[in-house]
Order: sequence, then C-alpha cells, then structure tokens
Amino acid sequence: MSGISQEDVAHLARLAHIDIPADQLGHYAKQLDAILNAVAEVSSLDTANVAAMSHPVPMTNVFREDIPGVSLTAEQALSGAPAVEDERFRVPRILDEE
Amino acid sequence: MVEATMNYDEAISKFDPVLGLEVHVELGTNTKMFCGCSTVFGAPPNTQVCPVCLGLPGALPALNKIGVESAIRIGLALNCEIAEWCRFARKNYFYPDMPKNFQTSQYDEPIAFEGYLDVEIDTDEGRKTFRVPIERAHMEEDTGKNSHVGGATGRIHGADYSLVDYNRAGIPLIEIVTKPITGTGKYAPEVAKAYVAALRDILRGLGVSDVKMEQGSLRCDVNLSLRETPESKLGTRSETKNVNSLRSVERAVRYEVSRHAARLAAGDTVVQETRHWHEDTGISTSGRAKSDAEDYRYFPEPDLLPIAPSREWVEELRAALPENPAVRRARLVADWGLSEIDMNTVVNSGALDLIVEAVDAGVDPAAARKWWTGELSRIANDRGIELEELPVTPAHLKRLEELISAGSLNDKLARQALEGVIVGEGDIDEIVKARGLAVVSDDGPLLAAIDEALAADPAVAETIKSGKLAAAGSVVGAVMKATRGQADAARVRELLFEKLGVSE
Ligand SMILES: [Zn+2]
Repeated sequence: MSGISQEDVAHLARLAHIDIPADQLGHYAKQLDAILNAVAEVSSLDTANVAAMSHPVPMTNVFREDIPGVSLTAEQALSGAPAVEDERFRVPRILDEE
Repeated sequence: MVEATMNYDEAISKFDPVLGLEVHVELGTNTKMFCGCSTVFGAPPNTQVCPVCLGLPGALPALNKIGVESAIRIGLALNCEIAEWCRFARKNYFYPDMPKNFQTSQYDEPIAFEGYLDVEIDTDEGRKTFRVPIERAHMEEDTGKNSHVGGATGRIHGADYSLVDYNRAGIPLIEIVTKPITGTGKYAPEVAKAYVAALRDILRGLGVSDVKMEQGSLRCDVNLSLRETPESKLGTRSETKNVNSLRSVERAVRYEVSRHAARLAAGDTVVQETRHWHEDTGISTSGRAKSDAEDYRYFPEPDLLPIAPSREWVEELRAALPENPAVRRARLVADWGLSEIDMNTVVNSGALDLIVEAVDAGVDPAAARKWWTGELSRIANDRGIELEELPVTPAHLKRLEELISAGSLNDKLARQALEGVIVGEGDIDEIVKARGLAVVSDDGPLLAAIDEALAADPAVAETIKSGKLAAAGSVVGAVMKATRGQADAARVRELLFEKLGVSE
C-alpha cells in the first residue's frame, strides 16, 4: 500500500552510496514495501490520547561539563586508517573530474 | 569563468533585492560539542580527536552544557523565543571531513527561533534603522579540515587526493539564519554588512566566541534573489559561500545583484546553486547545483536525549545578558558627549572597553579617550601588540590626570611617566620621583631661559612685536628644550608676551 517504486530504491541507494544492480531494484522495492506495510499496522490503533514518544529513555537535559578529557594520540587515531600522510587521513580524490 | 554583470545602480533601479544571511559561529568552549576533546586552535593534526568525533563504531556523544547555554544566550540576545523542548537531528551526507557520514545538527526543532536584530546604516536621509528578522539559531558541529594534494593550486578541483585533520570536527557551531530581508532597496549591501558587524559585536559581548572572520570562527553565506517589484513573488536565489570578511559581505551582495540583474535582463533564468566567493578577484563562481545530493534524510538523533531548558534557566540567562552593544554605544555617545565620528574612532581603535574601565575608575571621559586612542594606541602599534597587553591601568591614568590638573605635570611629562609605566618602573608617583619629572613652576628659571632664547635669535622679538604671534612658537620651543620639557608651555608664552609687551 505504501508503494515503494524501483525509482525510490535507486534514489535511496544513490544517497547511501550503495550499488544495487538494476535487475535487483524490484526485489528490494518489494522487501521495503513489505516492511513499511508491517510498520503501518500501528496506524490502525487509536492513539488520540497517547503522547508522542520521541525517545525510549524518559529523560531530558543530560549534559556534560565543559572540561577537557582524554583524547587519542595522532598515532592511535590514525592506526586504523587505510592510508596516512603527514599525520593526516589520506582520502581519495573528493571531486570527480568534470 | 567571469559572468556578465549590470552596473549596480542600473540593476537596483530595475529590480528589488531580497537578502538572506546565514552565519556560522564557532563557539569558544573548552571542549567539543559531543566529546571532551580540546578545541585549542593550531594543535598538531589529529591530536584533538577521540572515538566520538572520529565516528568510530559504538562511540556515544555526550552533550556539552556550555554549548547549549551559549546557544540559548545567543538566541536571547537576538530577541528569539527559546524552545521549551527540542532535539538534535542527523543530517546525512558523505564527505571525507565528516567521519560519521552525518553531521549532528538540528532540523525542525531549533533551540532558538523568531527573533530580530536592529541595525543602523547611513542613508541619503541620514541614519536609519533596519530590522533584520531572524528565523532561527540552531546548534550543530564543525567538520574536519581537508587539504588537497596535487593539481595546480592546492584546490579541490584537479587534486589527486586529500588529507584530513579532524581536530576541528565536532567543535560547537551555532548557525544563525535570517528570514528573507526585504525593503532594503539599494542599501542591501550596507544592511548585510551592518547585520554581520552587529551580530559579531553581540557575540563578542556575550563572550561566546572569538568571532575572528579571518580564522573562520565567524563565517557568512549570502543568499540573494531579485524580483521585479516589491509586490512580485520571490525570485530564484543563489547562495554564496566563503564570504569571510565584513567588506566581502558588502561586495558579495553588490556583485550578486549585478550578476542576477544581467541574467534576468538578458532573458536568462537565475540558477539555484551554491557559489563560491573569491576575496582576491571580488567575484563569485558557480559551485554545485542543488540536486538530490541535497536530500539529507534528516531524522532525530537517537543517541542524544531531548533538551528542555527550564523557564527558570532561560530567565536566569536572560537576566545576566550584557547590554546590547548598539544600546551601550548610544548610551556612551550621550554620556561622553561624543559625535558619531569620535565614537567610530574609539570603536575602531579597539579602546572602548579600556576607556569605559578608566571612566568607571573616575578618569574624565575626554582624558581617558585622549590617552587610549592617542599615545597608548601609538605605543601599542609601535610594539605590534594589542592595547589590552599594555600594563596601563585605570589607576595609572587617574593619578596622571590628578597631577596634570594640579599643574605638576604637563602633557609631555605625563607621556614620559606613562613610558615609565610601560617599561615597568613602578607606579606614577614612583616614576615621577625617580625620573625627576616636575613642571618648573618658578618663573625665575623660565625668564632666564626666555632671555637666552631671545638672545640666540635677535630678530624674533621684533617679529613678535610686529604682531606675528605665531613666531612665539620657536621661543617657547627653545625654552621647553632648555628646561627638558619641564616648563609649563602656556606659562612660558604668557611670560614672553608680558616681557615683550604684546597681548594675545
Ligand atoms: Zn573527540
């Protein structure tokens, strides 16, 4: 009933940087549709007198004092990086050639 | 590529500009917004990072109280409502300077909204106030810093690869967004500049940021659109980024008005796009067009709890706000009896707070202003330091002024005493004593020195007697020199005229 189209799946895949072959778009559209339909069942309930819940933990204003803690060393921070140069994370070219 | 532009005056006679300004201010907190990493500027790369600000799996954010408090104070200073309840949201996009692949921001629940800021500008009809409506001020975090390697100029275009330093990632930012600003007419550039300047003064007054545009702690994006008349519907806008000086704010608005007008007049449409401002050439160039890359799929941040500032807290913060800088300025102009031009000189010299301190300590406003914008500014300038770094206190100036009005110091000796303060010779009385600084008040030595000066230049007495009183200057100068500056120049002049029998 929600009607996820193949175009919707392609759009979401592009935003999420996931490659989905064209011949599988229909497959995922059907799955997403099924999930949305399952979740949509809650809308059949009468929630007129139920306050919206934004978070499962009923607390607000949980703050940390503005006092510096322990950071990593550059060596630790970079230890998991695939490529490093000059104490910085080396990343592939950001913009494609036009 | 350089685009066609229309002369500004012509453009503004044909179209009505609508402005929008987005200002990002980096807060001066000790730690980042969601972790305890330090925010000190200039640390070695990737030494102020942790699992939270690197976006490592499983790390959880913890909200900085001062970050929230600063946001509320900024909101209040901008006459905003403060949300009774609001949340953070994830803004999802991929970019290497965002290690989490989302920026923690606020979306439809900003902490502050519906405010305004009044700014004054000079118009053809004199000084005029424009009210800039503010839509929202929300909390978010800064990104890391990319440097681009390879290619021609170290710019992102044509680079082979990039290097990322995440020290800046997660530093608290407040984004302040205006509503469309209408009704400025030809003054759009001046209003834009005055708004950013007023905002900067307010943020500085609040002490929430060092507001250094050149270091990026205050950044401005300029949105502009044109419409045929104030009654027409809004035109397509461009968003110019990287406008990082007050002067550039004004220039960027002017440039975009001219550029849009040329396009519209030629029958072209304005493209909705992000543009980059180039400080050196004074033009903007096209960045990326708005596309589905702008679909950020915001959703409420599940790892942070909602913020519900109590009304007591908000009122407490409101009560403790400093006086609005524009209101304070108007009050001081009246109290001190200054002109707007004098006040501009004071403000531009950076001496305003120092003068206020001196006046509060009992120094006459005119004297405090004279010392701080004159001699002390010159000394600070010579030494390449800030006025605040001079070891001169209000007490020093107060004592100096007492000695001057008692007639025991003149201006020149007072300057020598100040010099003593600056090189650390002690307080004013100690310096006066140690350096033997005292006006010669006994007429005897002065008369002797006058006689000597007249003898050395026999013609001058006749010149003065003939009515050319300006010639007295050289005699007074010679006497001052002979007494090593310790004479009262006015008294010397008096004695000289008495002696020659001329009257002023
Ligand atoms: Zn961190």
